[in-house]
Amino acid sequence: MSRPFAFLGCRLLDPASGLDTVGGLLVRDGRIADLGPHLRADGLGPDIERIAADGLCLAPGLVDMRVRLGEPGSEHKERIDSAVAAAAAGGVTSLAALPDSRPPLDDPAMLEFVARRARKLKSVKVHPCACLTRGGEGRQLAEMGLLREAGAVAFTDGGRAVADARVMLRALAYATAFDALVVQHPEEPALAAGGAMNEGAVATRLGLPGIPSCAEVILIERDLRLVEATGARYHLGCVSTAAAVEVVRAAKARGLPVSCGVTPHHLLLTEAEVEGYRTYAKVSPPLRTEEDREALIAGLADGTVDVVASDHTPQDQDSKRVPFAQAAFGVVGLETLLAAALELWHDGRIGLLELLGAMTVRPAALLGIEGGRLAVGAAADLLLFDPGARWTVTEAGLRSLSKNTAFEGREFRGRAVRTLVDGRTVFAREDAAT
Amino acid sequence: MAAAPPRSHRHLLGIASLATEEIEALLETADGFVDLNRRSDKKLALLRGLTQINLFFESSTRTRTSFELAGKRLGADVVNMSVGASAIKKGETLIDTAMTLNAMHPDVLVVRHHDSGAVALLARHVRCAVINAGDGTHEHPTQALLDALTIRRRRGRIAGLTVAICGDIAHSRVARSNILLLTRLGARVRLVAPPTLLPAGMERQYGVTLFHDMRAGLEGADIVMMLRLQSERMQGSFVPSLREYFRFFGLTWEKLASARPDALIMHPGPMNRGVEIDGVVADDIDRSAILDQVEMGVAVRMACLDHLTRHLREAA
Repeated sequence: MSRPFAFLGCRLLDPASGLDTVGGLLVRDGRIADLGPHLRADGLGPDIERIAADGLCLAPGLVDMRVRLGEPGSEHKERIDSAVAAAAAGGVTSLAALPDSRPPLDDPAMLEFVARRARKLKSVKVHPCACLTRGGEGRQLAEMGLLREAGAVAFTDGGRAVADARVMLRALAYATAFDALVVQHPEEPALAAGGAMNEGAVATRLGLPGIPSCAEVILIERDLRLVEATGARYHLGCVSTAAAVEVVRAAKARGLPVSCGVTPHHLLLTEAEVEGYRTYAKVSPPLRTEEDREALIAGLADGTVDVVASDHTPQDQDSKRVPFAQAAFGVVGLETLLAAALELWHDGRIGLLELLGAMTVRPAALLGIEGGRLAVGAAADLLLFDPGARWTVTEAGLRSLSKNTAFEGREFRGRAVRTLVDGRTVFAREDAAT
Repeated sequence: MAAAPPRSHRHLLGIASLATEEIEALLETADGFVDLNRRSDKKLALLRGLTQINLFFESSTRTRTSFELAGKRLGADVVNMSVGASAIKKGETLIDTAMTLNAMHPDVLVVRHHDSGAVALLARHVRCAVINAGDGTHEHPTQALLDALTIRRRRGRIAGLTVAICGDIAHSRVARSNILLLTRLGARVRLVAPPTLLPAGMERQYGVTLFHDMRAGLEGADIVMMLRLQSERMQGSFVPSLREYFRFFGLTWEKLASARPDALIMHPGPMNRGVEIDGVVADDIDRSAILDQVEMGVAVRMACLDHLTRHLREAA
């Protein structure tokens, strides 16, 4: 076993316990052995390596609930190793892989293939989600029980909504037998069909087919009736509209087992990004209006929105350097998740613990995985970050094979300095002091 | 080498990116070409030695012919390229096509494409002037310019006129370019259409007024501009039927009666007689400016070609 070590003089941030104090954290045998303000250099035994981390923040490693790994099927856009490297550089220590690959992950053997490939890298923990319906086609139920045994942490058809209400009702009902989390892509397919961006004045001016805002809330309202009927645990992968936030807030008040996530791009950007037919602003759900963005931030601040996830979707140049309507949806986000989310804290929109909670303990709890907290005995999945470090997003600086970031050229404040999984450093920034 | 001309002069991608003075200048030049086109010797040498490629990803007879005549009358070597669906299926991307053509050193590319923004995308990958001959449902700037020239010659002005644009606004690049140009030149623009053919957010961003009733929309109008309704949109998806559409939104003498007595009728063509316009109305030479529009089209396109290639002549 490697030598025990301690980070000293850092700001400890644990959203689960509300801990926010300057102190130290001791790691022994890949687990957190001790933490708190009492841990100082002078009190440690001689065998313990001391790592000065003054001025830095130490938090649980991030848990990203929505990541597309590129494997299997799109290895030219991303591979598990490149995705994991990007995740580590972004401070992510656990990620949930979406199953809408080619072929989709709807079979226990496929799921195990992905998990095994990821385990071999001995880096970021990869937890595959499985398809909710066979082939992600929205017609027949996937083998939820067997897939759960194979390690599926959630069930979802990824970027596709389950359109058929009867199929959704049965999927939700069946999921309760295994206490499985069902993740929906809230977009009524008939209303969204053919759409390329948010419907409204900008789409009209650009002459692009729109996706109406109501496509989101209509599907959510339908599903909430089904959730009410079945009691299934239901999560909305990423919401984009003020109406969705309002409906989820009311559903939570009624006690329904519902949760929802947002992406950093929906929190920071609006449909105005599409001006000039910028295909890197083509995402699903689409970027919406300023009022929607404000409602998402308010929802995050008051806890209606549970999770911030990257919805990391690698697309190569050939998928994006085409006319807007033909371009593929999605942006990469693993490496900008932390920094983009921190913008809200820097702007005074949300507390640091609340914000980190949406990227650590809350997604971990929803997925039922270890991690996301600083506690004695917990796995040492850690993120050491410099909250004020200024840096600019460049394509060349990204570790993802695909460079389709929505934040190209943007200056952020805050960046991972070091990322540890089970006490092993899986990423350390070379130009950083620690 | 001469210094590169300002970017806004290199391409004509839309009315939105034209300054009002540029619009006025194009209309002035075009006005002069109208007379030239009526002479028996129609040939000038302004574009002699230059190569113009008409690159059409969407079928078109009249616009392509109009651009071809315009180029030839100015002395350019004009090549027509129709890229059908089959070529796209072969896998060549728009940017590949752009770079391939660019390697042949054309001086002007006239491009029509079925996707909004595609012409601007292509323009970024070529080193010659690009004219947008219609991109998706975004813009069709030369159509708006020729409509403006038609109105100006028939009415003497544009400022202060009331223009009713009627029909399938949602899927019309002609409507968008015309709204931008006519409001810029001081006309009051009304849009008349069933709600399913009026896209969101028109009123506020363009300063236009919306109507769902033809008689109310045409009340006191100086210009009635009809738009083509594509056949695939007539059968229940956007409007219930052809006969219902004609009944409520087709231009007839009866509906036209609420417009000014001398109101001018326009249509970008090709017309669907008995769908958006009664054939008898379209054929009335006192009221219909439809054939004027075709004539002005050649003149306006000559003006655009002239303006976009001026820097080449100055450099020579």
